[in-house]
Amino acid sequence: MADVILECRDLRKAYGDLIAVDGVGFSVEAGETYGLLGPNGAGKTTTISMIAGLLDNDGGVAIVSGNEITTKSTAAKAAIGLVPQDLAIYPDLTARENLRFFGKLYDMGGSLNERVDEILDIIELSDRADDQTKEYSGGMKRRLNIGIGLLHKPDLLILDEPTVGVDPQSRNAILENVERLGAEGMAVLYTTHYMEEAERLCDRVGIIDEGQIIAEGTRRDLVALVGERDRLHLELSGDASTVSDAVSTIDGIESCSSAGSELEVVTVSASHALPDVVLTVTESGLDVHSIQVSEPDLESVFLHLTGKALRE
Amino acid sequence: MTGAAFTITAKDLKERFRDRSAIMLAVVVPLGLAFVLNLTLGPVTEQSFSTEIAVHDADGGPFAAGFDEMLAGVEAEGFVVVTDVDSEEEVRALVRDHSVSTGYLVPEGFSQAVAANDEAELVVVVDPDQPIGSEVGKALADGFAAEVNAVRLSVATAVALGADDPAGLVAAAQESRPTIVLADALTEGRGFDFSSFYATGIAVFFMFFTVQFGVLSIIDERENGTMPRLLAAPISTQSILVGKLLASFLVGVASTVVLWLATTLLMGAEWGGSLIAIILIAAGVTAAMGLTAAVATFAKTAEQAGAITAFVVVVFGMLGGTFFPVSRISGAFSAISRVTPHFWLMEGFRRSSAGEGISDILPPLGAILAFAIVLGSIGLIRSRDLVRHR
Repeated sequence: MADVILECRDLRKAYGDLIAVDGVGFSVEAGETYGLLGPNGAGKTTTISMIAGLLDNDGGVAIVSGNEITTKSTAAKAAIGLVPQDLAIYPDLTARENLRFFGKLYDMGGSLNERVDEILDIIELSDRADDQTKEYSGGMKRRLNIGIGLLHKPDLLILDEPTVGVDPQSRNAILENVERLGAEGMAVLYTTHYMEEAERLCDRVGIIDEGQIIAEGTRRDLVALVGERDRLHLELSGDASTVSDAVSTIDGIESCSSAGSELEVVTVSASHALPDVVLTVTESGLDVHSIQVSEPDLESVFLHLTGKALRE
Repeated sequence: MTGAAFTITAKDLKERFRDRSAIMLAVVVPLGLAFVLNLTLGPVTEQSFSTEIAVHDADGGPFAAGFDEMLAGVEAEGFVVVTDVDSEEEVRALVRDHSVSTGYLVPEGFSQAVAANDEAELVVVVDPDQPIGSEVGKALADGFAAEVNAVRLSVATAVALGADDPAGLVAAAQESRPTIVLADALTEGRGFDFSSFYATGIAVFFMFFTVQFGVLSIIDERENGTMPRLLAAPISTQSILVGKLLASFLVGVASTVVLWLATTLLMGAEWGGSLIAIILIAAGVTAAMGLTAAVATFAKTAEQAGAITAFVVVVFGMLGGTFFPVSRISGAFSAISRVTPHFWLMEGFRRSSAGEGISDILPPLGAILAFAIVLGSIGLIRSRDLVRHR
C-alpha cells in the first residue's frame, strides 16, 4: 500500500449560519490523483483552503505528510504545492523572478536556480523566462501558475479548478501535466466541476455537495453504486418488436424495449453486448440504420445522487 | 521570519521601481511642484526680492531730496534698486522696455508747491508686466505722499494754533520724519525661508501618499490572487506584514531623502541639521504609514483605499500647514491643525530650519512619535486582519 500523503477527517467550517463544509473526510495516497467534484458553492474551495492552511477549520483534522495542517503549521505547508483558481503571479516580474521569489519563501537554498530552470523547461517557458509576465498570453500565465506550485517538489499538489477560463489547447496541456505528475508519484488533489476532467485524471473521485462528500470511489465504483447501466439505442429498418425478445436473451442484457422502429437496450457493458445485438437484429432480416451508445458518467451519477446537474 | 520578510520587501521594491507611476508620485511630482511653487510664488515673499526703480528729479528741492532719501533707505534694505536718470523720456523708455518696474517723475517746482501748500504732483509710471514690482513702487509713492500730507496737516494745525514760523516747522517735521520700513511679514518669525517652507511642506505632503503603497499592496495581493499563495507558503503572517511595511518605510524614507537633498542643492532649501532631518523623516514616515494603514484598511478594494487615503491625506495636509503656514489661520482651524501629524512635522522642520538643536525638536518629535505609536498600532492590527481576510 502506498503512503497516505493527505488524510482529512471530519473537516468542518461555517461562516456564521452558513455551513460551508460539514464533516468532510477522505485520503490521498502518493501517486494518486483524487478529484473533488461538485458544483460551484458545494464547498470544494473551502475544503482545499483548510487543507492548504489558508483557513483554520472549526472542527476535524487534516494531516499532510504526517503533520497536522493549520494556518500556522509551516512544516505541513512546506509539503504542499498550491495552484489557486485565480492566477497567482506578479505581472511586473518575469517568470524566472516569480519562480525565484516563491522558491525563496520555501527556503530552497542552493538548488533554487537549477530547479527554476527545470520548471521553466517543464512548463515550456524557457524562451520567455525573462519577459515580464504581463506580456504573456493567458495560457502561458496558467502554465506558470502551475509551475510555481510544483517548484519545491511538494508531496501534495492541490489544483483548484486550474482550467477555468482556459482555451482548449492550454487546457489539454494542463491536463497532460497533471497526468504526468500523478504517474511520477505525486499525490494530487484536483477540484473541478468539469465531469470530463475528473473522469480523465482522477484515480478516485469524491462527490461533494452542500459541504458533504456524498459518494467516493473510482468512476466504475460510483456508477455501480447508483446502479447506472449502459444503454444502446438502435434505429431499425422495420418493426423493432419482432427482435425485442431475441435480444433480451443475449448474455449481459438486462432489459430490452421497442417502440416502432426504435429498440432500447439496457446492458451491463455496451462494448461487450453491442456485436451480439447487431448480429441478432440482422439475422432477423432487419437493417440497422443508426446506433447510439450511452455510458453512465459522473454527471449522471451526480444527477442521480443530488437530483441536480453539476453546472447548476 | 526575517529571511521571508526581506524576500517580500525585495520583491515589493522591485515591483515598485518598475512601476514608473510610483517613482513619479514619490519623487518627480513633489520635486517639480516644489520648484514651480518656489519659482512662481517665491518672489512675493522672498527676502531677496528686489525690483528696479528709475527716478528723474527735475525739482532738486528739499521735498524731492526727502523722497530720494526714503528710496535710498528702502534700497539699503535690499528691496529696490534705484537708478537716477536725466530725463522724463529716459524714465518712460526704461519702463517701456521692462528694465524697471516703476519710474518716478518729480516735476520742477514740486518742493515749492508742497511748502506753499499748493497741489503737488509726483508722477508714477509702472510696467504692467511687472505687477509685483509695480505695486511695490506705487506703495512707496503712496507712503511718501501720506507722510508729506501728514506733515502739511501738522504744520497747518500748528499755524492755526498760533505758531509763527511755518518754514521752521516744516524743517523740524522733516527732521523727525520716520523712515519708511518694509518688512517681510510673511517670513518674519516663521523660521522658514520660502524655499525651505515649500520644500519641506511638499515633502511632508507627498510622504503620506508615498507610504500608502505598503497597505495598498496588501489589498493588491488579495485582489490579484497572490495572497493565498503567500499564505500557503511555510512562512508566518507576521513575515508578510513586516516585509510589506518595511518596503513601504524604505520607499517613504528614500523618496523624502531624495527630496531633501534635491531641494537643498537645487533650491537652496534649509532643512536644518542632517541628524535632525533624518530623525524627523523616519518618525514622519512611521506616522504616515500608521495613518494610511489605519484609514486604508477600512476599504474593500485598492481603488476605494486609494480614494479614502487621498481624501484624508489632502485634508490633513491642508490643515497641517504643508501648503501655507498655520500661523496665518486662527481659531478652531489653528487648534484642529495640531491634531494632524503634518503640523508637528512642519513644526519640527521649522525649528530645524531655524537652526534649533535636538532638544528644541523634542516636543514636535514627541508628538510625531505619539502619532506613530497610536496610528501605527491601529494600522498594524488592521493590516494583520487585512492579510488574513478573505
